[in-house]
Amino acid sequence: MNAPLIRLHINGCTVEARAGTSVAAAIAQQSLIFRRSTTGQPRAAFCGMGVCFECRVAIDGIGQRRACMVPVREGMQVSCDD
Amino acid sequence: MTDRYDVLVVGAGPAGLAAAHAAASHGARVGLIDEQMTAGGQVWRQDVQHASPALARRSIGRTLDHPAIDWLAQTRVVTVEDGGLLVEDPQRARRLHYQALVLATGARELLLPFPGWTLPGITGAGGLQALAKQGWPLAGRRVVIAGSGPLLLAAAATAKRHGAHVLGIYEQSSTENIQRFARSLWRWPAKAVQAMGLRAQLAGVPYRCGSVVRRAHGETELHAVDVDGPRGIEHIVCDQLAVGYGLLANVELAQSLGCTLQLQGAHAYVDTDRYQRTSVEGIYAAGELCGIGGRDTARIEGAIAGHAAAGKTADADRLLQSRQHARHFADALNQCFALDPRVHALAQPDTLVCRCEDVSLSALDGYTDARSAKLATRCGMGACQGRICGSALAELGRFPRSGQRPPLFPARLSTLAGTNLSSINKP
Repeated sequence: MNAPLIRLHINGCTVEARAGTSVAAAIAQQSLIFRRSTTGQPRAAFCGMGVCFECRVAIDGIGQRRACMVPVREGMQVSCDD
Repeated sequence: MTDRYDVLVVGAGPAGLAAAHAAASHGARVGLIDEQMTAGGQVWRQDVQHASPALARRSIGRTLDHPAIDWLAQTRVVTVEDGGLLVEDPQRARRLHYQALVLATGARELLLPFPGWTLPGITGAGGLQALAKQGWPLAGRRVVIAGSGPLLLAAAATAKRHGAHVLGIYEQSSTENIQRFARSLWRWPAKAVQAMGLRAQLAGVPYRCGSVVRRAHGETELHAVDVDGPRGIEHIVCDQLAVGYGLLANVELAQSLGCTLQLQGAHAYVDTDRYQRTSVEGIYAAGELCGIGGRDTARIEGAIAGHAAAGKTADADRLLQSRQHARHFADALNQCFALDPRVHALAQPDTLVCRCEDVSLSALDGYTDARSAKLATRCGMGACQGRICGSALAELGRFPRSGQRPPLFPARLSTLAGTNLSSINKP
């Protein structure tokens, strides 16, 4: 399958992903740490289907978005907790 | 595009697709909504790298292409209002009204706490399958699959197709249970063929029964797991662990609508009659929501609900026998993969149970209901609204989940600004 390549920015770094890829999958190309829990533990996507909210990141300036529910878009700005 | 439908279907998995198509075949105006960007639900989730199965393509295509069906993707129900639902999509919020409502909200995984389960690199079993299909990088990664149920085989096959090195599948149920189940498969020939197909895809991958993951090791990421099996404790170095203990119904919306629930073990499902009618007039439920039954049950129940919601019960009558056959298969599955008590004993006093608020198991000692535990410890107060920890605590025998309060999911302020949550928050 040859979906077009999309370029997005994750924590300031440019990442390429096929169209249809979720933001969660694009982040995982770079790092497995999506966010810090309330006590500072590293966390990553867990349920993969929008239930657990562990993959929450900021997308285009809007916080608390579930990365597993959002498809990548050209020029998207994603920022994880650290 | 109207906001008023003869039949509104919530959830575009096998049940919802079948319901929408059946209702539309009688001339009803149908709305079909799903929170995901593509139709198919979890079992028919589209894979960014591989083509979908023919049945999925057919079911999705004939439904979304139907002129009487409006397909509303990335649309989630925020709350219930008189005669309608408040929904939001990435752009806006609006109200959808209906004559009849079909709930096909499917299932999620039962995810149970054990030491180290919060480490990055650990997902659900279906969770890993969903993420792999979204493009999650697995090529060359060492993956352990564990937990319980036939989903483990499907997850392993998906991981392998995406280039993972699957080190093994660890099933908690005993060898005797699995063998007894395999011997009964002749009654469902299509299932036997499916099982053999999966087995062929997984040639060379060890399948070990009576085995549970006791602990995950790692600092900031997973690097190994301890598996407790018939041959003692095995320490396995790996990059990814996919562990899920079966499925449970997403009853939250049905509960908000006042539908009567029943318990299957520790978890609720929606009570329905022969035409998939719930206890609330005009509201139907189908598929996993009515008790975990798998894809085939979901397709049949969806069609029954769709016919009945369009007022054509004679068409529904023709499907009742096949539903019974499919439900018997589900009963056999549930019996075979019943959880061993040692799965309930995996969490230690300092193991976090509530992942949103980082609440440990021992912090919950002494509480006998979800509400007082929540008020004192914040357990279940986080973004997932207790969907993970509440279900886990119910399974562990601590206390049942508390009732659902609006909004059903965290929603945008602008969405909530137009509604009066206090007036619809029934006691």
